[in-house]
Formats: sequence, C-alpha cells, structure tokens
Amino acid sequence: MKSATDHPALRVVVDLNRCQGYAQCCYAAPDAFAIRGHEILFYDPTPPAERRCAIERAVQACPVRAISLQAGPDDGDAL
Amino acid sequence: MTTEPAGLVVIGASLAGLRGAEALRQGGYDGPLTLVGAEAHRPYDRPPLSKHVLAGELRPDATRLPERTRLSARWHLGNAVVSLDRSARRLSLADGTALAYRKLLIATGAEARPWPAETGGGLAGIHTLRGRDDAASLRADLLAGPRRVLIVGGGLIGCEAASCLRDLGLPVTLVDSNSAPLARALGTWVGGVIAACLRESGAVFRPGTQVLRFEGDAAGRVARARLADGSIVEADLVIAALGATRATGWLRGAGLMADPGGLTCDAACRVLDMDGAPCPDIYAAGDVARWPSRLYGDRLVSVEHWGNAVEQAAHAARNMLAGPDDQRSYVHLPAYWSSQFGINIKAVGLTEGADAVAVVQGTRASRRFLAVYGRGGRSIAAVSFDQARWLPAYAEAIAAGAGFPPILDATDQPRIESAAPGFPSPRVAARSTEAVHG
Amino acid sequence: MANLMADAMPDAALFAAVTDPANRADPYPLYARLRQRPVWRQPDGSYVVSGHAAIRALIFDPRLSSEDLPPTRRPRTGNPLKDFILNPIKNRITASHRPLIFRDPPAHDRLRSLVMREFSIARVLALRDRIAREVDQLIEACRGRPEVCLVSDLSYPLPVTVICALLGVPEADEPRFQVWATQLATAVEPDAHHDAEGRRAIIDAFDAIAAYMRDLIREKRRRPADDMLSGLAAAGPDGRKQMSDFDLIATAVLLLVAGHETTVNLITNAMLTLLRHPEELDRLRADSERAPQVIEEVLRYDPPVHFRTRKALGSITIAGETIPKDAPVILLFAAGSRDPERFADPDRFDPDRPDIQHFGFGGGLHYCIGAPLARIEAEIALVALSRRLVAPRLLCDPPPYRPGASLRGPEQLAIGIGGIV
Repeated sequence: MKSATDHPALRVVVDLNRCQGYAQCCYAAPDAFAIRGHEILFYDPTPPAERRCAIERAVQACPVRAISLQAGPDDGDAL
Repeated sequence: MTTEPAGLVVIGASLAGLRGAEALRQGGYDGPLTLVGAEAHRPYDRPPLSKHVLAGELRPDATRLPERTRLSARWHLGNAVVSLDRSARRLSLADGTALAYRKLLIATGAEARPWPAETGGGLAGIHTLRGRDDAASLRADLLAGPRRVLIVGGGLIGCEAASCLRDLGLPVTLVDSNSAPLARALGTWVGGVIAACLRESGAVFRPGTQVLRFEGDAAGRVARARLADGSIVEADLVIAALGATRATGWLRGAGLMADPGGLTCDAACRVLDMDGAPCPDIYAAGDVARWPSRLYGDRLVSVEHWGNAVEQAAHAARNMLAGPDDQRSYVHLPAYWSSQFGINIKAVGLTEGADAVAVVQGTRASRRFLAVYGRGGRSIAAVSFDQARWLPAYAEAIAAGAGFPPILDATDQPRIESAAPGFPSPRVAARSTEAVHG
Repeated sequence: MANLMADAMPDAALFAAVTDPANRADPYPLYARLRQRPVWRQPDGSYVVSGHAAIRALIFDPRLSSEDLPPTRRPRTGNPLKDFILNPIKNRITASHRPLIFRDPPAHDRLRSLVMREFSIARVLALRDRIAREVDQLIEACRGRPEVCLVSDLSYPLPVTVICALLGVPEADEPRFQVWATQLATAVEPDAHHDAEGRRAIIDAFDAIAAYMRDLIREKRRRPADDMLSGLAAAGPDGRKQMSDFDLIATAVLLLVAGHETTVNLITNAMLTLLRHPEELDRLRADSERAPQVIEEVLRYDPPVHFRTRKALGSITIAGETIPKDAPVILLFAAGSRDPERFADPDRFDPDRPDIQHFGFGGGLHYCIGAPLARIEAEIALVALSRRLVAPRLLCDPPPYRPGASLRGPEQLAIGIGGIV
C-alpha cells in the first residue's frame, strides 16, 4: 500500500488513453510500472523519491509519451 | 472581505481545473491565479478509485495528481463556490469569502447520483463511488468483511467495482435494469462479453430488474434489497453506481444555461447566458461542460471522461488567454478506458444513436476484439477489448466520418457481420454520455 | 555534397537514391525532399511514406501487412539478374524461416506474447551486470592505443555477447554467432548486391544457424536453464510444445539478426553524434543521468533502422494519396522522425527536446521487442565511453558506412584518444 505522505516529492500520472501497453516503462522502472493481462498498465502514482532516475527513464522510454511526472516542489499550501 | 486582486479564477480543483490552471501558466499568464475546490483535497486522479484503491493496492491519498507546472496559485480548498454574481464579477464561497475575478474557468465536474432517501438512501452501508472520500469510506467498509455486496448499476464503475470485489473474494450481486452490463455505454451485444466475465468471476448478475428499496436492520444499517421482480437480496453493503449529475446547482440564479445535465457552452468553451449568448469572460471544461460537438453534427454533448477533462481544459485556457477574434472551436473525439476482469477496454467516439455494431478485428469469443458502431451508414464509435493498438486507426476513421464499417481488408478481420448493438432507450433527463470516468 | 546530389536528383528517383550507397552517409536531405509529399508513389509502384503523421497513422493501420511481402519489383541495381537472385534469398527468410516480424495477427500476437513472456523484465535487467562487465573489458582492451574503432572494438562484439547470454548460447560458441550475425544481416537489405558467392554464404549461414539452433533447442529441452531458449522450448501447461521447432528457430534467428546490427548502429550512431556535438558529450560525461534522453534523441535524429516495408491489404487513402491494394509501402521512419511539422528545428540534435516521440523502434504491433535491452546496452556503453575515453575525436568524418540503407550504420568509426581512464 502506498501513501502520498511517505514520499511527498514524486507524483506520477499516466494518460491511459495514450498508453498502448508497450511496457517500456516496466523495464525502466519495474518497481513502479507493471503490465497485467495483455495490456493493462498498473503503476504506482507516488514512487519513492530515490527512484526518480528510474521514473525519468520511464518517462523518456514511453513510445507515446503518456507519463507525466512531478519531481519538483509543490505549489503553495492551500488557504 | 477579499484583498486578492481580481485575476483568473478556476472553479473546481480536480483534473480539469488543474490542467486548466497549468495551461494558463504554460500559455504565459503570470497574473493572479486562484483555484477553488469543494473538496479539501489537492487535485487527485479518479480512475484508480474504482480499481486499485478499492482493491487496496493504493491508498486514496496516493492518487494526488502531479502538478506539471509551477502554478503559483492561491488555493481555496474544502470551500465550495455557492454563488456567482456576473454583473459584479464576484464569487461567494461557502465560508463567506468573496472572490473577485477577471475571467472564470468553471470545472466543477459532476456528482454521483445518490440512492433516494425515501427508498432507503439514508441507511448506513450504502455508498456511492465518485470521490476520494467515497473510496476511503467504501474501502473501510470492505475491510469489515461484508457478507454480500450489492452493486446497483452495471456501468463502468459498477463493473470495475464488481471485478475488484471478486478479486478480493467478496460475494457480489450486481443488479442492472438492462439485459447486460455496460448497456448504456456499449450496448448489450458487446456488454454480453462482460456479463459472461461477471458470471465467471463468481458474481451473481441480476439483469433486467431493479432495486425498489433497501431495508435496514435495527441499527440502521442496510440489510437487504427488494427487487422489482419480487425477489430479495440479502446484502449488508451497497454500492449505488447510478451515474452522475453535473455540479451546476451553485449556478442557480447566475443567469446561465445550466441544469443537472450540464452547463451549456459554445464551441469555444464559453458558457452561454439565458439568451444563448456566450459570456466572453466565463469558460467551462470537463464533466460539467455541455458543448456542440462538431464531429457529431453540433449535437450538445457532455463527456465525463478523463481525456476530455484534460483536453477541454487546455483548450478553454488557451481561449481564455486569446483575443475575442481568436476563439478556436473545441473539436474532440471522446475516448476512455476501463480495466475489469483482466481486460483492457478502450473506446472512442459516442455510441449514442448507434443502429449497428460489428466486430472488425479478432473475435468476441476470444475476448480480444475491436468493434465499431455505426449510425445511418457512418462509423461513430469503436471499442477495443485487449486490442488497443488498432484503436487509433479506427479513431481516425471515425473522426474523418468514414462509412460503416470503416476499414476493410484488414489483418485478422473476420467476415464482417452487423448486429443490433442493443442500446436501452435514452434517458431523457441527461443528454450526456453515461460512462463515468476513464 | 550530399545536398547537391539530392538537389540534382529527379523526384521520381528519390527513393532509389536513398538506397544508393553513395548517399548513405547523409540521406537526410533526400528525406527532406521526399517529405514534400508525405506519401509518394515511386516509379516501381511502391509508396514511400515519410511524413510523421502519415507514418503514425499507418503503423496503427490494420490494412498494412508484414506477411506476404511483395516480390521485389524494383529495378534497383539495373541488373535483372542480381534482382532476380535476391528473391530466392528473401523467400528463404520469409517462408522457411519466417519469424514474427514477418507475420500478421493472430499468429503474430501468439508468437509475440510467448517471446515477451521469456523476454521478461527480470531476465533483461539481470543482464545489466554482464553488459557493464563486457563494456569495461572491451574498453580496457583498447588501453595503450592512440586510436580505436568503435565498431570493431565495442559496438559490434557487445550485442552478440548479450544476445547469446539472453538466449542461452554457450560462451564458447559466440564467435560463430558473430560471423552468422554479419552474414544474415546483409540478407534483409533490399539492395544488397549479392554475387553468387555472397548468396551462397547467406544461404549457408541460414542452414548452419538453423542446424545449430536445432541442436541447442534439443539440449535446452534435455537440460533447461534460466534462459530464453529454455523457456521458449519448454512445454506449455498442457504438456505440448508452445512453439513449433520451426517457429523456435525462426525466433532465435530473428532475435540474433534484429537484435544485433540494430544495437551496433544505435551505439555507433550515438557516439558519432556525440563526437560531432562535443558539448553534449561533455554534458553526458558530467551527468550520466542525461543518457536516457541522449539515447531517445539519437533514436530520433540518427536511428539504427531507417525504413521497413509492408504491403497494403486493401486500398488506403492517406495524406491525399490512395495506396492501392497489394502495393508495397515503405515506412521511412528516419524521415518521419525529422518532420518539421512534428519537431521544431528537426535537424538539430537536442536531447532536451520536451517531446521526443520518434520511430526509432518502429511502432504499433511490431514495436521492437528488444527496445529495453537496446536502451540498456546503449546507456551503459555511452556512459562508459564518455567517462573513460580521454579527449576522443573523430578521425574520419563522415565514416565509411556499411551498404545497408534500412539497417544503416558506419562500418568503422575511427576515434583518436589520449588514453583510457
């Protein structure tokens, strides 16, 4: 089970309309991305910050550029 | 009350609101930017809620969305907008704050249809599944080990939930008034594949009937459902997956074309006033927006999908920053995905009004196929079951207004035979697509 | 010079010019001219697709078949005898050793999912240490020399070793694979100028590797190990063969051929590009985390595979052209990846591009299976080269190229060095 509060710096979202299950992200960051069945992508939306390098590799390797990553600081706090 | 200068205000802090705000910044806007959200949470992603969050693989708070641009925004969260005064260019928030605006982007989304109170809606253990808090409370109830979960409604959310709960080993009954699940989104002919999956998973599928009312135990917790066919289903946990209505209640009195079916816009995403004139400083995007779709004969549609939230918000933001003579039309082919019973379902287009459907790749029996929907000899929509890589070709054909069936002489193509898609008669109240999410 | 030649070329002969070895060093000006018509009928009836949008649409189009490739109708060499000679060789590949790259669904999908299962993440990632060791040894072997040839010293030997390790070929047999890989790679070029001797060598190589594989598969069935071939040769849950021996041999040969020369080209093209852009080489040396984006940009800017040929199963209307049924369709990936409609300033090498969506590994159904492995090999090799070669400089620019126009890459890449760190 993953919680956002464990690792506040890294957040991932995949545009699953674009995703076509090429699985390149799974090889780049196997702890964060996995293909289930023929083409269902399951991913960890809050991977630990120390995996940033692997996640960025996944972002680069995606043939359809479906992976968005926030690696920087959050916007100012809510009022 | 307010000391903030009037800038651009985004109402709704979910996917469309976030992406709209990002697009405003990426488009070069560097003035004051404010996001207002009814929920207390920063923007989060909904699709995992009915899948991995329900399954316990992700915690509800893990779904918070990445902010892809430095927003430098003022955030008002857990503080809904309660009214809009267009003449004063002012918003009132639930806590009494008044907010001035120069331009507005309305992205308040939609709300789950609750089970009516008069037929048991107030009982404990009856859930809807739309927001992060819904998912958290449902998940907590699941952990208590319900004897049987009753899911009302076999749309995408209902089916995804059924799939998850079966994976968890929980007894599930799914009731749907149509003869197959996903009937409103995909028709009963395609939905029949999921009906078989449902049954194979060990769920009890009760098609063609409805829940009349829920009855509770002495503690006020749901205990059973009475169905229209006279039968009773004993269930101590209920998921009411009845679709959604657009979050437009706060616009009463604002003089805009708004109702539970959506907030009407022109093709440039500008909202229309009661006279049908576009407001030059108020835009809408995402689930809440109802707009004339060029690809579907300028029919007013509202599309409750992830991809529309992203694209329309970016488009509206672009127009917000452009001059009055440079307002571009939003042209969008709706698309969504769902995963259930180990199958990746992806769809493009709007199936409404389809009079024919045909498998054009693979076979229904193998559960790997691509089916196209036709209306009056034109291809209007397509769905793939574990065949996503072919979908873009069909999406292009649909966007180009190709005939039905659109692509002949393809590899792995069976003899194309049209079937009746089996759509239920349209709901009159909401002129919108049924499928919630993805 | 290439520019002048491209400008002088009559339009009708553009694709023929692409296959002309004289244009191998810089085909990009020709591609730019081809892109004036993103889908362009050639005199031989084939259609060259060079626009990014058109290629993207066609790689997802189920009317393009990889099976039953049309016979070569192209008077490429001008020598009918040579063109005729190529056909028997092609048939030998596509019929008796037809691997999944030349198959359509559903057969393709079935074979591919079996291969993907054995090309597992764990198995591929486990090769990283082996690759790093191999790269270190190959670089170490250059110590004391003022000049290295990147191709023969590193990019050529590395991938064969890796594929052999992946498949489960004993290390002692690797030298034979090096030879076979070279011979077989030439066979897939549309315009390889084979003389009788060369043709014989290719056919012999096919027969030799097929015989070798047959024995190896038998051995893997007897004594399975944790390698791809053992996995593919193993019986399925129903106790029956998952793949016929035929398919198994074809798959193994495909992995060797498709995985070898492409990786050679990727590493060589990447280093060539970095040496031509020394500031990027410096940045990579200072920050090895830039390697993934450098590699993606090389895959766009100077990819290992320039085009693939398919056949239209039905008539396809695209970009204002109608490709008739049965026409050969040449997807010119390397031209699409430099389309100015898709990429700003496409002829500039810029690893910091925000959106490098290239066709370096093809796309759609036939997307390169070995892509993750190629990325790993290239990353380890480039990072090591950038750090360990002292003051590297190109000694010959442009370098000499091998004849292939599709699998395109330098034959040698002479690099002067001030030492090895």
